[in-house]
Amino acid sequence: MPNELNKPEYNIPPGMEGTVAITTLDRIYNWGRRYSVWPMFFGLACCAIEMIATAGARFDMARFGMEIMRPSPRQCDLMIVSGTVTKKMLPQVVRLYNQMPEPKYVLSMGACASGGGPFKRGYNVVAGIDKYIPVDVYVPGCPPTPQALLFGLMKIQEKIDNQSIKHVSWYQDQQDEGIPVPVLGPDLIDLRDFPKLMEKEQDKEVQA
Amino acid sequence: MNDQTTVMNKNYQKILERFPHDVQVDEREGYSGLLIEANQLLSIMETLRDEYEYDFLTSVTGVDYLPDEKMEVVYHLFKSTGGSILEVKVQVPRSNPVVPSLVGLYPGASFQEREAWDLLGIRFEGHPNLTRILMWEGFAGHPLRKDWIETFFEGDVKPYEDRWPEGKVSKVETTNPYGKNITYPDGFNPETWIPDSEDLLFQGSTVVKVEQEETGIETEQLVVNLGPQHPSTHGVFRMVATLEGETVLDLEPVMGYLHRNHEKIGERNTFSMNMPYTDRLDYFCSMSNNFGYALTVEKLLGEKYQPPERAQYIRVIMAELTRILNHFMAIGFFLNDLGAYFTPALYAIKERELILDIFEAVAGSRMMCNYYRFGGVVRDLPGGIEEQIRKLVYDRLPRQTDEMDRYLVENEIVIGRSQDVGILTPEQAIAFSAVGPVLRASGVPYDIRRADPYSIYDRFDFDVAVRYHGDVYDRFLIRFDEIRQSIRILQQAIDDLPEGEILANKPAYKFRIPKGESYGRVEGPKGELGYYVVSDGTDNPWRYHVRAPSFINLTGLREMCLGEKVADLVAILGSIDIVLGEVDR
Ligand code: SF4
Repeated sequence: MPNELNKPEYNIPPGMEGTVAITTLDRIYNWGRRYSVWPMFFGLACCAIEMIATAGARFDMARFGMEIMRPSPRQCDLMIVSGTVTKKMLPQVVRLYNQMPEPKYVLSMGACASGGGPFKRGYNVVAGIDKYIPVDVYVPGCPPTPQALLFGLMKIQEKIDNQSIKHVSWYQDQQDEGIPVPVLGPDLIDLRDFPKLMEKEQDKEVQA
Repeated sequence: MNDQTTVMNKNYQKILERFPHDVQVDEREGYSGLLIEANQLLSIMETLRDEYEYDFLTSVTGVDYLPDEKMEVVYHLFKSTGGSILEVKVQVPRSNPVVPSLVGLYPGASFQEREAWDLLGIRFEGHPNLTRILMWEGFAGHPLRKDWIETFFEGDVKPYEDRWPEGKVSKVETTNPYGKNITYPDGFNPETWIPDSEDLLFQGSTVVKVEQEETGIETEQLVVNLGPQHPSTHGVFRMVATLEGETVLDLEPVMGYLHRNHEKIGERNTFSMNMPYTDRLDYFCSMSNNFGYALTVEKLLGEKYQPPERAQYIRVIMAELTRILNHFMAIGFFLNDLGAYFTPALYAIKERELILDIFEAVAGSRMMCNYYRFGGVVRDLPGGIEEQIRKLVYDRLPRQTDEMDRYLVENEIVIGRSQDVGILTPEQAIAFSAVGPVLRASGVPYDIRRADPYSIYDRFDFDVAVRYHGDVYDRFLIRFDEIRQSIRILQQAIDDLPEGEILANKPAYKFRIPKGESYGRVEGPKGELGYYVVSDGTDNPWRYHVRAPSFINLTGLREMCLGEKVADLVAILGSIDIVLGEVDR
């Protein structure tokens, strides 16, 4: 492992290779994070079954340091949105996302989570989780094969590799307040859009 | 077919003589069954149950006949001793659809009536808790009504017009995020808005102090909310349990978190477009979901579309492999729920992968097979697969079943946790319309493959698995029994597999389905999976309803859990084996 960490400019004296590494803070910080991603044990629909299959013996997520799946958002740093997000479930999903501590990543697994999939036109379906929470990696498929999911996870690792302590949002002064939890009214209401909605209602009245 | 109709008519005759004024035979083209006056429904149903032995109310649903200004409630009944379905209908005016509730006679109607109220707005008078079940309280409208349109409505039926008429993508939902089809009440403020009846459910954990009558000691009742994000609920299911100490006093299942509008989308689709959607109902068992739907539509299409021999065998092979796969996973996850975290499930996943290899080879996809077609299956078995199946069913699967059996069945902890827990008596099981392994573990040997055989199941030699205690342990054991029986069927089927055609007709995209209705059912791994389809003679179904076994099996959940400990809730739910895709559809 130290060889992977070493900055190539520094020569490690013979005999100490493989035990000593000279590296940057960013590198060792990201190296530690990339091999200990804890995904959330959080299944929404059919895609979740393939996610479990990925954790199974044949595909084995553990090879990437990701086998610990925790049901509590407080302990997780990766949310795999595995399946159709319905309007009824969305407030919960957003709440879970808000409860995850930084650094956190979101992987949208499957057609449904990425854009509504086959159920896009349904009255209770959110056509894409990215309308509400920021997504880092999309994995297409219905359901994506375990191989595809593994590839998506590797992309997350790549993303982690390229982050720098200097710029990452969770060390900035300004703290993120989280995403307002949508409300279930006569239909789903995104509070960020609320003024727009009221405008529309007023327009209707004016027309009438 | 004709035999059945005459038997049916004899049955009708007796009932018609009994109630000459209130019962008619449904004589619309392509329809069958009895039409009953709404005000006589209760007494006639009681007679049917007590005197004619139609003790099992399997499905309740509604149909919106918009052109006739009528709402129809359709009931399907059968005898728990075997035989075919009796269909009973009630018509009410669309402007004021009120039907007496059957919950008093058949408690199993409870959730289904709530669903009909939720989606179609049919009021069931006398229902103890007629609230929405799949959508949330406060949602505007009843979405399955024919004149209700979605926020981002595109057209009544598919295929839709070109979505990019000028070569440009335009999405309504981005330009106008609230569509135009919803109205908000005056002075509506989302920050303060909580619909009344969900109050308790939204409160989360609450403590209520109660004084015990006998002792005068004050105890605390605690309302605990499990789910929808909870590792043991197998998806997004929620239970609101009232506890005293660790004892469950009350339990309210809450669902709908995966309600994907299967039926509304299905009614906009053409008939053949629905096949891949059925895959996503019970996503472990796409093959047997396909099976049920194909059978239902074939009933409407008539003799000409009866699948050829080879296709029949392939269908049975795939459906039985699905059952094995499902039961393995059910056992694995059940052990998960008991606390044997993930190891037994890993064993189950191992076997599942081997079966999925076969599915991938024949259908092209691991999970969403979309393999059956009206009149057969979509393509023939590729070379070498027969050999692979043979190896599985003669060698690997029996061996692995015995291995699982050896590790788990005699295990002291499994026995301690599950014996005499969550008991469902045979009477309760029938009353709550429980089906599949849950019903059979309660001592009722009802299996559609035997009781009302479909496809070619009458040719195989197998036993109907049955266990008699109705507790969690028996529901666990019966899955082993069923795996073994399925292996027997598979061995016979693979040995007899004939050569020949696999599709009765030319492959087609559109089918013109004759007018009429049809209810088809198969014994899915989780129980009776039924489809009720109404065709008005066009390319798209007028009504498309799924009778989902895991949804209806949950009706008895409360009864099973009362008086048990809170840790047992998880075990009981695990032993029912639900899949949320099917519960919520
Ligand atoms: S993308 Fe496909 S497999 Fe995944 S949740 Fe949606 S329908 Fe199911």
